[in-house]
Amino acid sequence: MRNRLRYLFAVAAICVSSTAVQAQTNVRIATEGAYPPFNYVDAKGKLGGFDIDIANAICAVAKFNCTIVAQNWDGIIPGLNAEKYDLIFAAMTATIERRKVVAFSNKYASMPFRFVASNRVADAIAAAPGTGIDQLKTALKGKTIGLVTASTADPYVRKTFEGVSTLRSYQKMSDVLQDLKAGRIDAYADGALGIDATFLKTATGKGYRFVGAPLTDPAYFGTGVGAAARLKDTELLAKVNTALAQILTDGTYQKIAKKYFDFDIYGQ
Amino acid sequence: MNFGPVIDGLPVLLQGLAVTLVLTVSTLLFGLLIAVPLAVARWSGPKWLSSLIWCFTFCVRGTPLLVQLFLVYYGSGQFRDELEAIGLWWFFREPWNCALLTFTLSTAAYTTEVLRGALMAVSNSQLEAGFAYGFTGLQKLRFIVLPQAFAYALPTYSNDIIFHLQATSFASLITIEDLAGVASVMANKTYLHYEFYLTAAAMYLVVVYSVLFALKRIEKSLRRFLYPG
Amino acid sequence: MLDGYGPMLFKGLTATLGVAVGAYCIALVLGVLGATAKLEGGRVTKGVAEAYTFVIRGVPELILLLLVFFAIPTLIQSIVRSISPEFVNFRLELEPFTSAVVALGFIYGASATEVFRGAIQAIPLGQLEAARAYGMYGRVLVVQVALPQLLRFALSGLSNLWLIVLKATALASVIQVVELMRVANLAAGATNKPFTFFLAAACIYLAISAVSLVCIKFIEVYSFRGTEQGAK
Repeated sequence: MRNRLRYLFAVAAICVSSTAVQAQTNVRIATEGAYPPFNYVDAKGKLGGFDIDIANAICAVAKFNCTIVAQNWDGIIPGLNAEKYDLIFAAMTATIERRKVVAFSNKYASMPFRFVASNRVADAIAAAPGTGIDQLKTALKGKTIGLVTASTADPYVRKTFEGVSTLRSYQKMSDVLQDLKAGRIDAYADGALGIDATFLKTATGKGYRFVGAPLTDPAYFGTGVGAAARLKDTELLAKVNTALAQILTDGTYQKIAKKYFDFDIYGQ
Repeated sequence: MNFGPVIDGLPVLLQGLAVTLVLTVSTLLFGLLIAVPLAVARWSGPKWLSSLIWCFTFCVRGTPLLVQLFLVYYGSGQFRDELEAIGLWWFFREPWNCALLTFTLSTAAYTTEVLRGALMAVSNSQLEAGFAYGFTGLQKLRFIVLPQAFAYALPTYSNDIIFHLQATSFASLITIEDLAGVASVMANKTYLHYEFYLTAAAMYLVVVYSVLFALKRIEKSLRRFLYPG
Repeated sequence: MLDGYGPMLFKGLTATLGVAVGAYCIALVLGVLGATAKLEGGRVTKGVAEAYTFVIRGVPELILLLLVFFAIPTLIQSIVRSISPEFVNFRLELEPFTSAVVALGFIYGASATEVFRGAIQAIPLGQLEAARAYGMYGRVLVVQVALPQLLRFALSGLSNLWLIVLKATALASVIQVVELMRVANLAAGATNKPFTFFLAAACIYLAISAVSLVCIKFIEVYSFRGTEQGAK
């Protein structure tokens, strides 16, 4: 009996060590799948979007064997640290808070952050006294603001509007937009590009617009969108950065960007 | 494991726990109020009524609670204009009301079936004795049948209570700041997911077993209805 | 009517059934193990089984699912890694589907434990004694005498468990399995028609429940054959 156990253990060890050797070149990438045009799931169930295309391009250059999976936004960083995958390509802004728990590659896109509201609420905000964030605070006093849990705008809006407005937390962008449309919330703050592409530019977004100044506090809004990796995976990130630099110069990046954006997504 | 922020966040977590408890108690109370007449109707009412109620309980018990919740909350949002036209939007606008409605219907459906089974378990001789004593239908119900039925139903009903206590955590998925919701918000703020979810889990454990303990006591005291001298 | 999401709903349905069946099987295995541990285990095994059912009964599935999904693979990884330095790159590569099956199976194994425990205790001792008196031992005893009766007592609990696991697969949407609930959620968000899609999903769940109930009825009739109840 004990010999059989030892034998089984040895077989398991061989299987495990062979997977360990293969694991070097296999890279698993996570994305949200609910943030068009950066990442989404189409009607056939396939993942697509800017993040996916950039990730595939980088994998091709760096000669990784990549698999891309979808992961709920509020579990995406814990999943990375729990080693469910190795990289995150999910329109994630490299903020100071996030840098404490994960490491970021160089920037591969720029994302402005804005409030969106119905025209009626937007007019009320524009007519309110003050400028910048104070104007928003005055106009949205006592109103309800929607946020996606763990989004980039979340900590900033929470800190700034604490006690001023009621804050509601949602799982993903489409959920907040549904409630914005239903009138359950008065305003929603998040990355402008996603809101623009899926909502404002479509028929459902008629009667809504961006309002107020873009949110740019560098302490909260970071330095652009990057790929995230575990803090100790410095080698992996270096390879990603090299590959990223290459696709930026050889035209692959521009080709992919043109598919989704009619302006310069890389930004300054 | 860093539990510092958890300890700092305890007041907020306890607030979330209060929300959970209020939601649970309200849904269970309303659900019971609905379930008792429905169960009695199922047990002794006309066939068509019994079938209608069975349809209701089948539909509610045959679909996941999460789907029901999203159906009511996001689904009502789709019909906002129509609901406003018939003056009901104010109700569906609040996530709390949607959660209350969904959970109440859910516990009502399960409890109806449990109570019905318990009502059927009360032996016919009890009813005949009541009839012989000249009890009216309502008196039979109140003095003979229902106390015994509750005594029979309590073990299974306890499971339903615990299930719905835990199911209130779904409310966090429609923006309600119950214990699970608060834990989620704080976990994402501090990136201490394990710590906060473990703490929330521990708090739920304490509540569930306290409730179970209380229920066991009630079960013991209700036994006196089951074995009349 | 379904805006082209029909095929995807169907795929979601197959995923739901897959997760449900997988999780149910794992739950059954864990249930048998847990029940035997609780009834005949030594102090340590019994303690582990008790702790297992204690924790799972007291914590909401949502939180349990998240904890199991993230914590258990990490735990296993750290254990394996600490066994020997050559395993330092050991990775537990589980795709969401497998993780969901394992997590849900683990969670509902606790309920299955209670069902089996009650069922085993309900088998009349006289049956087992009579079988032993006839010279049946070991496998023959278990297969010919204990199991059929076990099935009879466990049936209502196990069929309930199946329906519960079926509905619990909706939670797997939280850990990213593209099953029915998640498809409905994604479609609802993309088309802005949440009522339509959640209603469609609810109807599909209802259909599966109805089919399950019919099958359970057949199994009930089969397992209660030859008894008073079966003659009804």
